[in-house]
Amino acid sequence: MGAAMTKLNLLVALALVFGFADKTLAEDAHAVKPPKQMKWSWDGPFGQFDRQQLQRGYQVYKEVCASCHSMHLVSFRNLSQPGGPEFSEAQMKAIAAGVQINTLDDKGEAFDDKGVALQRPGTAADRFPSPFSNELAARAANNNAYPPDLSVITKARPDGSNYVYSLLTGYSDPPAKFELLPGLYYNAHFPNHQIAMPQPLATDDQVTYAPNAGNPAATIDQMAKDVTAFLTWAGEPKMEERKQMGVKVIIFLVLLAALLYTAYRQLWKDVDH
Amino acid sequence: MAHSIDNANVTRRDFIYVASATAAGVGLAASLWPFIDQMNPAADTLALKEVEFDLSPLVEGQIVTIEWQKKPVFIRRRTAAEIKAAEDVPLDQLRDPQADKDRVQKPEWLILVAVCTHLGCVPDKNNKGEFGGWLCACHGSQYDTSGRIRKGPAPKNLAVPPYLYLTDTKVLIGAEPKPAAVVAEHG
Amino acid sequence: MAHGNYSYKPTNAFMKWLDSRLPIVRLVDESVLKFPTPKNLNMWFTFGGILTFMLAVQIVSGIVLAMHYVPHETQAFDSVERIMRDVNYGWLLRYMHSNGASMFFIAVYLHIFRGLYYGSFKAPREVLWLLGIVIYLLMMATGFLGYTLPWGQMSFWGATVITNFFSAIPLVGESITQWLWGSFAVDNTTLQRFFSLHYLLPFVIAGVVVLHIWALHVPGNNNPLGIDVKGPQDTVPFHPYYTTKDGFWIALFLIVFAYFIFFNPNFLGHADNYVPANRLVTPAHIVPEWYYLPLYAILRSVPDKLIGVILMISAILIWALLPWLDTSRVRSNNFRPIMKQLFWILIVVIFLLGYLGAQTADDSNLVFFGAELPIGKLLLSQLLTFYYFAHFLVITPIVGLWETPNPVPESISKAVLAKKNGGAVPVAAE
Repeated sequence: MGAAMTKLNLLVALALVFGFADKTLAEDAHAVKPPKQMKWSWDGPFGQFDRQQLQRGYQVYKEVCASCHSMHLVSFRNLSQPGGPEFSEAQMKAIAAGVQINTLDDKGEAFDDKGVALQRPGTAADRFPSPFSNELAARAANNNAYPPDLSVITKARPDGSNYVYSLLTGYSDPPAKFELLPGLYYNAHFPNHQIAMPQPLATDDQVTYAPNAGNPAATIDQMAKDVTAFLTWAGEPKMEERKQMGVKVIIFLVLLAALLYTAYRQLWKDVDH
Repeated sequence: MAHSIDNANVTRRDFIYVASATAAGVGLAASLWPFIDQMNPAADTLALKEVEFDLSPLVEGQIVTIEWQKKPVFIRRRTAAEIKAAEDVPLDQLRDPQADKDRVQKPEWLILVAVCTHLGCVPDKNNKGEFGGWLCACHGSQYDTSGRIRKGPAPKNLAVPPYLYLTDTKVLIGAEPKPAAVVAEHG
Repeated sequence: MAHGNYSYKPTNAFMKWLDSRLPIVRLVDESVLKFPTPKNLNMWFTFGGILTFMLAVQIVSGIVLAMHYVPHETQAFDSVERIMRDVNYGWLLRYMHSNGASMFFIAVYLHIFRGLYYGSFKAPREVLWLLGIVIYLLMMATGFLGYTLPWGQMSFWGATVITNFFSAIPLVGESITQWLWGSFAVDNTTLQRFFSLHYLLPFVIAGVVVLHIWALHVPGNNNPLGIDVKGPQDTVPFHPYYTTKDGFWIALFLIVFAYFIFFNPNFLGHADNYVPANRLVTPAHIVPEWYYLPLYAILRSVPDKLIGVILMISAILIWALLPWLDTSRVRSNNFRPIMKQLFWILIVVIFLLGYLGAQTADDSNLVFFGAELPIGKLLLSQLLTFYYFAHFLVITPIVGLWETPNPVPESISKAVLAKKNGGAVPVAAE
């Protein structure tokens, strides 16, 4: 988000004020390449999410990210709540019903007679199911790397939205002489430039967007933007409500301050102070 | 000093003082609401206000207990004899008179909140008591095959939760029945 | 009460009856509403009111957050996120509380610097000043304990680093640290006791605040001129004069607070704290909350563990000696041409220490507008730390004796009248 960048700017400004800057940042060849600075629909005090973009972003998450990454803080019902992708109630329930959730039977058993986990179709109240039952299973399936939960990923990285977008579009061949460890991939935006995640968005049209509704072409860049939007929303699902309330609160406080200032001047005009 | 206390009292009546005090008061009052509303059920709690249940695995005479809104609910597939017993009771013999047909949408399926109306215990699913329904072991209240109070200290029948048949074998407990569906059942 | 010739008179039979049994209305009337307050207080004197307001905000929002928060290592992080996502207005209450802590510290630092500048710590207000230091220390503890609760990476590692300060104590250090943790390292036991203490300490703060205000009411407020109130002509009743004026400044302060809550709620936090605590991995760059940064720089300036901790604690405790280290007869720096400059130098030093506290822990040189300075971060920290202590221990006593202060006005009322008429300020006879 813009917030983190503002913070970086502020730090840079402070550094300039004091006349100091950390030279290690500039000179280390292995230093992380700073995220590309993008313009997002949710930037600024009036910025909002683009519903269609969030819906497309969900599709990318579901078809690409969700095969390895959990998102355990988000529920299906969130998909139709105000300020989010705003799928219709019926669409959301259909999405939920398309997922199998582990469950218990009447006697509290989690497995049937043959030891198979009991499952039921998802409901609105269910959280997004995780692709692996635990961290060991996740590591075993991913070359011992643990795919982090994506629920708050854009808040858990500095300049998170720009970082996620930059990472997704930041894969390239390593520069000459760069020693890439086996099983890792080159990505300039990742610490040490070596990441265990293979390029997740590798070809255009990897995800097929619905042809109607004015959806753009599913280029790698577009899919990266869309899923970044979705992850940003998932990390801060009350952002729109927060900003809308904020505008009202600030207007009220400015009026209140003006009134109190007038009262204060009125009251003190006969007092020498 | 120019200002006596009386003088201050007079000036305080001025419009600007009243307006500032009012604005501050309104702001304070409005900001109290989030502190109150946070105690209401949260979104994840409200998301569980309806529970879907598949009736098809139940055999005749079987009773299962499921959880709905943090309370136990009995779902009982009644036998023909149990239905007849429930329907045949004269209403004037009942402490809380209510016809069986007003307590079920389909006679075969009895759905009840499993909380004894005496002091909140859960009646025993395995002890049908003298009236073929339930015995509440805590204080000996006895319910019949319609979940109506027949004997013991409880004042009221077991409550019927709102529910809606999604299909012939699926109910959504907690949802208000659609008027059309109710008419179709009883009409 | 200073110069209080006003006394409360019950207006009706009931009030008379109540007054003879519980004189609470009298207390409020005499020590709040009619409290004689110097009429020349400027905006820097409003932070007491702002801090009282913020303490109330933090306590009330904290109490409601505790209704939803789960102090358990497996659930703490998710319970905070549940507050953010599912609890009604939970996001508002949580951001109010987390940003409120920062706003509280901004206000307390301005309050302290104001006290330093205008000599509010000098006789007869030494006890008032000492109680203020106690409040500040309690705030530091409360802020630290609270930052642990979301159980993110910064929570966990912050708690680990800070509790390890105690391991610097010779002989018993390890035992004390284990006692604090209740375990072999920071874990669930630690989290639960931190939650309990985080809930307790704000009420202790509130108690000491009562003492602080009591100690204020004996000598009365200091003021920008730093001279004593000579009589009723120098004061106005607190209400409505200062309630209105403080109200205006509180409203302005709230605008800044609201900006952070609604438009930049994570600006003052750290991204790593949205990563759940992981005892196997320390974040690459671990920094404390901004309000501890100068102290953190002092800690790191010494390569010796025990001395570092002692210096860091002394950096605050040294304030307690200030009323006796300052040898000047004049309170306000307005009349102390040299001390005024030194005050601003001290502020710059503290800011620089804060800047260094946020830097990575290596001894690289600093770059000044593109040119590398021949001074490492470590050496600079050491020089600044040295100056910080020298300011209090050496400079303040010497300058107080050596400096010739400018003439101090005879009284507040005469000074303000002269300012208004543009005439010369009548000067107190020496």
